[in-house]
Amino acid sequence: MKTVSSFSLTLFTSVLLLAAPARPAHADADCLSCHNDPTLQDANGKSIGVSADKFHASVHGVLKCNDCHKDIHDYPHPDHPAAVQCESCHTDEGAALAGSVHAKASDHPCTSCHGNAHLIVPKTDPQSPVYPLNIPKTCGSCHGNEAMAKKYHLPNVYALYIDSIHGFALGKEGLLVAANCTSCHGSHKILSHTNPQSATYRNNIPGTCGSCHVGINEQYQKGVHGNAVAAGDTSAPVCTDCHTAHAIIEPTSADFRMQSTPICGSCHRDKFTTYRDTFHSQLGLLGGYVETARCWDCHGAHEILPASDPLSPINKANLVKTCGRCHAGANASFVEYQPHANARNRHLNPALYYIRLFMNLLLASVLTFFLLHTVLWLIRSRFQQVKTKSSGEKNA
Amino acid sequence: MPDQTPNTPVPTIEVSTPAIPAAPEKPRYFVRFTLAQRYLHAVLFTTFLVLAATGLMMRFSGSPWAIRFARQVGGFGAILFFHKFCALVLTLAFVIHLREILARGLFKREKGIFWGPTSMVANWKDVKDLLGHFRWFLGLGPKPKFERYAYWEKFDYWAVFWGMVVIGFSGYAMWFAPFFAHFLPGWALNAVLVIHSEEGLLAILFIFSIHFVNTHLRPDSFPMDMVIFTGRESEEEFKTRRPDEYQRMLSEGKAETRITVAPPRWLINFSRVVGFTAILIGLTLLVLTLSAYFTG
Repeated sequence: MKTVSSFSLTLFTSVLLLAAPARPAHADADCLSCHNDPTLQDANGKSIGVSADKFHASVHGVLKCNDCHKDIHDYPHPDHPAAVQCESCHTDEGAALAGSVHAKASDHPCTSCHGNAHLIVPKTDPQSPVYPLNIPKTCGSCHGNEAMAKKYHLPNVYALYIDSIHGFALGKEGLLVAANCTSCHGSHKILSHTNPQSATYRNNIPGTCGSCHVGINEQYQKGVHGNAVAAGDTSAPVCTDCHTAHAIIEPTSADFRMQSTPICGSCHRDKFTTYRDTFHSQLGLLGGYVETARCWDCHGAHEILPASDPLSPINKANLVKTCGRCHAGANASFVEYQPHANARNRHLNPALYYIRLFMNLLLASVLTFFLLHTVLWLIRSRFQQVKTKSSGEKNA
Repeated sequence: MPDQTPNTPVPTIEVSTPAIPAAPEKPRYFVRFTLAQRYLHAVLFTTFLVLAATGLMMRFSGSPWAIRFARQVGGFGAILFFHKFCALVLTLAFVIHLREILARGLFKREKGIFWGPTSMVANWKDVKDLLGHFRWFLGLGPKPKFERYAYWEKFDYWAVFWGMVVIGFSGYAMWFAPFFAHFLPGWALNAVLVIHSEEGLLAILFIFSIHFVNTHLRPDSFPMDMVIFTGRESEEEFKTRRPDEYQRMLSEGKAETRITVAPPRWLINFSRVVGFTAILIGLTLLVLTLSAYFTG
């Protein structure tokens, strides 16, 4: 540990100045003659060392020190040089950042994502903290921090992302094309999801996801949900409502099949209740069996169309084919089965209603009669038993 | 106990048995059920317990106990497998029973299968017995003298018989729905689940409460009527439970053909273990059913 006081620096450079002819103080060599020392620290213990080799290899290696440290022209320089303004060169990024959730420079200096300004390498370099494979870790240094999440009332998303299908593709499979944080949120101009300009604003989400999932988005836009969102309906589901935002799991997995039906049901309540009365649902709830039909197995997932549409899988003309995907041999009579029948509704399903009523009356009358019969019998038998026993004792 | 010397060599000779002056006459035992009938009952209640347990899990598939148990045994796939397997076994038992009844009644022209005091078919005496039994419950008359099968036993039999037809048919209609759709209308496929589940619930509630109490747990039989397991009962039991049948047997002079030895110790112990296990499982399922039914 080595602290350089301004007094000793002054003394040291005075000797140098006396020994050499005067040169402009901004020359790299002059600065580096002191700063090319990795252990160099200022009075506050902050590292002020700059590795000359690494600096010259960095993207900023061609610059002179005072291209950035503009207030330093000469030596001795002020004890506290002004903060470097990156946006004086990086104008667009600066402007984007200024309007973003990370606008407060003291909390979010450029270096918090890009690292030490003297060591910045191109973002295509695997060493860069903003190289696609490194981005989740970079963002996660704040957004995977419990205390940080609590302070700003943000969800602690890093862990969710890392276990998600995107996180797995990126982290485990090493796929550069897999979505990282910036794919959805952008990099400099990150806006709150409540801002209509934001890529993660509700109605912009299909477009955001669709920038990679082009085919799915095309199907979605043709379906009822896509149409509603396009018409400005904010209650219609977007990608994240079914798939979640960060913890996205494989949609064919058992877990996804188990978790998603109640999501559809949170809007389509009556359909969910009647679905739950059927065999399809009853089986599904008992873990490990996910083969039974879930909403999208019949209705489609992205291109959901009303039954009246001839292209809909639940259009009368398509039912034999749709049901036949699971039920081999399904015929016209088979597909008259109502997957959302309501045995409690006399007007919608009269036959079912009366069958249920008959069965319930049968159950109630048989049980009531025999309950009465059994209770009376029990009382009488016990009475008889006690009487016999006491008379027996008397005789004895 | 102060009288007993500790550490005495164990083999003390049992002196009490020969010391009794006049050993009471050994009670006589009579056959009530054949071995085949006892096996039929065993197959019936074993498969019924599994069908009930697995069926309840499907019916109340949202209940925490159903989900937990289903996961334990391998998820819904396993539940459905056990359910279908037991359904097949029970169907087979039902067919064998039906075949035997028809063969004895129709082809061998055996008397007493379809009518008369030994038949399962209800008759006028059953109505009188039922009313008489109620009068006795209320202390208004003497206890009816029952024949071979009392009216509640006949009801048990026909309840199971009807239940097997209804539950079996609706079950197979669901299992082979595309096939049944060739001759059933579409709405019937919705109806079969309602019928299957309601009739199943009735069977479960009836067997695990009414049948258990009527046959096993009421004071006269408590804790269990062993006759369905051992196939035989003592003369005393016979005489008090079914005096009419006893009298008929004596008057027909058939007592000798039905006399047998007392059930062996192992059979009684074995029957107790099996019987109590079945009753315990049944009562557990009853509690779970009622709790699931009333909590939604």
